[in-house]
Amino acid sequence: MSLQIFSLMRHELLLIAVLLLILVAEIFWDPARKKNIRIFAVILFGIITLLGFLPVPEGSLFGEMYIVTPVRLMMKNILNIGVLIVLLQSITWLGKEKNSDKISEYFILLLSTLTGMSYMISSGHFLMLYLGLELATIPLAALAAFDRYSNNSAEAGIKLILSSALSSGILLYGLSMIYGTVGNLYFTEVAGLFTGSNLALLGFIFFFTGMAFKISIVPFHLWTADVYEGAPVNVTSYLSVISKGAALFIFIIVLFSVFPAISVVWQKMIYVLSILTMTIGNLFAIRQQNLKRFLAFSSISQAGYILLGVIGGNELGMASVVYYLLVYIFSNLGAFGVAIAISNASGKENIDDYNGLYKTNPGLSLIMMLALFSLAGIPPVAGFFGKFFLFTAAAEQGFFILVLIAILNTIISLYYYLLVIKAMFINKSENPIPPLKSDFPTRLALTLCVGGIVIVGFASIIFEYIRNMSFGV
Amino acid sequence: MNILSLLVLIPLLTIAGILFLKDTQKTRLVSAIGMGIQLIVAAVLVFMYLSERKAGNTDEMLFVRSYEWFKSLNIYYTVGVDGISVAMIALTSIVVIAGIFASWQVENLTREFFISLILLSSGVFGFFISLDLFTMFLFYEVAVIPMYLLIGIWGSGPKEYSAMKLTLMLMGGSALLLVGILGIYFNSAPGGGELSFNILEISKIQIPIEAQRFFFPLTFVGFGVLGALFPFHTWSPDGHASAPTAVSMLHAGVLMKLGGYGAFRVAMFLMPEAADEMAWIFIILTSVSVVYGAFGAIVQKDLKYINAYSSVSHCGLVLFAILMMNKTAMTGAILQMISHGLMTALFFALIGMIYGRTHTRLIHEMGGLMKVIPFLGVVYVIAGLASLGLPGLSGFVAEMTIFFGAFEHTDPFHRIATLVAVSSIVITAVYILRVVGTLLLGPIKNDHFNHLEDATWFERISTITLVVAVAAIGVAPYWLSTMIGDSMLPIVNKLLTANPF
Repeated sequence: MSLQIFSLMRHELLLIAVLLLILVAEIFWDPARKKNIRIFAVILFGIITLLGFLPVPEGSLFGEMYIVTPVRLMMKNILNIGVLIVLLQSITWLGKEKNSDKISEYFILLLSTLTGMSYMISSGHFLMLYLGLELATIPLAALAAFDRYSNNSAEAGIKLILSSALSSGILLYGLSMIYGTVGNLYFTEVAGLFTGSNLALLGFIFFFTGMAFKISIVPFHLWTADVYEGAPVNVTSYLSVISKGAALFIFIIVLFSVFPAISVVWQKMIYVLSILTMTIGNLFAIRQQNLKRFLAFSSISQAGYILLGVIGGNELGMASVVYYLLVYIFSNLGAFGVAIAISNASGKENIDDYNGLYKTNPGLSLIMMLALFSLAGIPPVAGFFGKFFLFTAAAEQGFFILVLIAILNTIISLYYYLLVIKAMFINKSENPIPPLKSDFPTRLALTLCVGGIVIVGFASIIFEYIRNMSFGV
Repeated sequence: MNILSLLVLIPLLTIAGILFLKDTQKTRLVSAIGMGIQLIVAAVLVFMYLSERKAGNTDEMLFVRSYEWFKSLNIYYTVGVDGISVAMIALTSIVVIAGIFASWQVENLTREFFISLILLSSGVFGFFISLDLFTMFLFYEVAVIPMYLLIGIWGSGPKEYSAMKLTLMLMGGSALLLVGILGIYFNSAPGGGELSFNILEISKIQIPIEAQRFFFPLTFVGFGVLGALFPFHTWSPDGHASAPTAVSMLHAGVLMKLGGYGAFRVAMFLMPEAADEMAWIFIILTSVSVVYGAFGAIVQKDLKYINAYSSVSHCGLVLFAILMMNKTAMTGAILQMISHGLMTALFFALIGMIYGRTHTRLIHEMGGLMKVIPFLGVVYVIAGLASLGLPGLSGFVAEMTIFFGAFEHTDPFHRIATLVAVSSIVITAVYILRVVGTLLLGPIKNDHFNHLEDATWFERISTITLVVAVAAIGVAPYWLSTMIGDSMLPIVNKLLTANPF
């Protein structure tokens, strides 16, 4: 039994083990060589990422509160890959003087949020989901405020914690209503007993709203831009990719497996919200000067596209969402990786600062271009395939108008992605960012991203692997 | 290895080769060699195709190969050619090699320039050989995106504006197209069964008419944007005027043909009933394109703008002919694509060469160039004559066939539309002769022009290749029109079942 627990719950247990190891290392490590904790932590995390791919039987623990299926494992693995890239990208930044006294805090906070996300994805009960969500959110606020002497960063932390508290409250209120009508909070039970009465619908809408905050769907997105801008770049990249991805994963699981009975209701909601999210995210992104804010709005609009995979409620939709998030992790982290490398070396974060970047840093510019093309969905990079499958999933259910609106939105997004590319390749600059030499971890992270962007699309085997999983829809 | 996949592979290998070079001179050489091999492969393909047909192979598509890609969605990498695509491939390889030689003197970021240019051409080749809608769409976008950098970095004038406008409008077209393709896919098995992206398989079934009514206009307009369909042509003058020489050549010569080719191979072929119902709308639009483009060319002062508007007019004629839906006119459409592709590439090459010498493209600032640069002058006249449809050159053959085909319709609507379109021949003559007169004849307006040097060796290669092709089609169109006409039969037959007029 205990061995089975370990093998089923290994993502979470291993994470906690790493957390504890880092804590111990923090206490006993020679203070003069504290910086090596970074390497130690990343290597440990790399090992767990690999271990996560070991095959495992399906099963559940604690009376179905905790469920393991191949899909959920896949989701956790996708998040792990993303976190590994984020950690690699953070090494240079953590090595700076101002962060030298809080290296292990960074890892502990970040890995505990990841633990929360893993629990959340594996949940089979709404309370489990809620616990995971809270564990995933509260340390994030501390991370957002990591640059504690910077006002912006502190502001980001406060904004994040307040809006999260509000959304969690709404979500919990919704859950209480659902409990009131069904008398139970197990996913399977709720799915069977859900009635569609007014109170139950209200409960569902509250739950939906709470999740919409986490995924930053318009009109619940207002916290996003400020938090993304204020938080340190590394934390922003984590927020925009991993945290959002995890929330989307559990959102789609719950919608498909708990609330299929009222799919008519949530399809209408998602129809409107996805159009709003894409359009508003895109229109606001056009005006942004700060690269972090720019990527924040672009990631809002990306959530809008992902909703197209959710709306159909079909297996293809689920597969395309999982696949797209994998692609999105590589693409967005690629873009952030370049931004981080440049921000670390020069402290510049505005799009104007990127003028003439190709002359001085051709490699970084090309990576940025690939990543942006992938985000915009231009072939032959992975983003194209991801978007294509999302749109196909929506079209399969007959939402052709929605697909058309979404594709027209990709044109708007192409416009502002091209603005960055224009800055790097076409614009001339008096004082461009000087040629910079990035260190090994940054290079490794960028290589992983580029590899992902190039390979995940062409190699149909990855999509087919995800597609052939049983989703239990 | 299939000979068709070679057509995509060679450009990619050339790009890989360039990546390892630092030297400008070697970059040019490798590009020229790579695209030279491509030209040879294309020629071999033409001969292989003709000998297969001679041997009595009557399959609709030859050299078909299919590789599984995304199995769960029935996406395959499927290639195959008929006479039409073979002709388009031959055209592309000629224009590409001419483009390489025309851009011999690109100094700024040479490697990047050739990489983008060859990447673009690999997209075009891939498009023409694809039989799978997904693969086709993928190649289509690969052909469009490098344009942004090519115009934005190496262009002239308001290049950033033009590059953005062109990219966004073309991607807008591809947005409509993607919805159209998804619509075709999900209606490709009306009686149940496996959905398919394969053009040949879809052509065997009939897509429900309600679906056709919704998706035909999307698909046709989607391709039409690239084919400069009025009123979606506005990217074309700005884009062509700002683009560097080779890019204008490739873009007007080949890329715009993707629109016409796709419009009949996908939109008309797969959805003939809706095409028949809605043809009148698009016939009106294309007639407007034809005449509007020609009039637009008359009032322009910039050589490139003149040619860009003339392209709108000629490409409008292609779409016009396709919509006539009979064998003669559609064969004419393909001939016009090839003829216009060669001729306009020649024009843009010449304009680039003249601009490189005079540093102006405004016609009223030049004059008497025939005296100082006779070679370029004569070639310019030949291109102009081909453009206005002089017998013996390719333009005549194409336009004649189109108007013959168009006149096979006896109803007043088609007659009037045809008459409107025919009038463009006269207008074309006006602007071509006017340009030739001001530009080449008369006194030399500027002392500086007296010291201009005539074409260099690489410029001669570039232009002579194109002139020979233009003249060859004009003098001996038979083999080409037979090759195209035979391949046109399955498409026309399918259209006729929808409209036995």
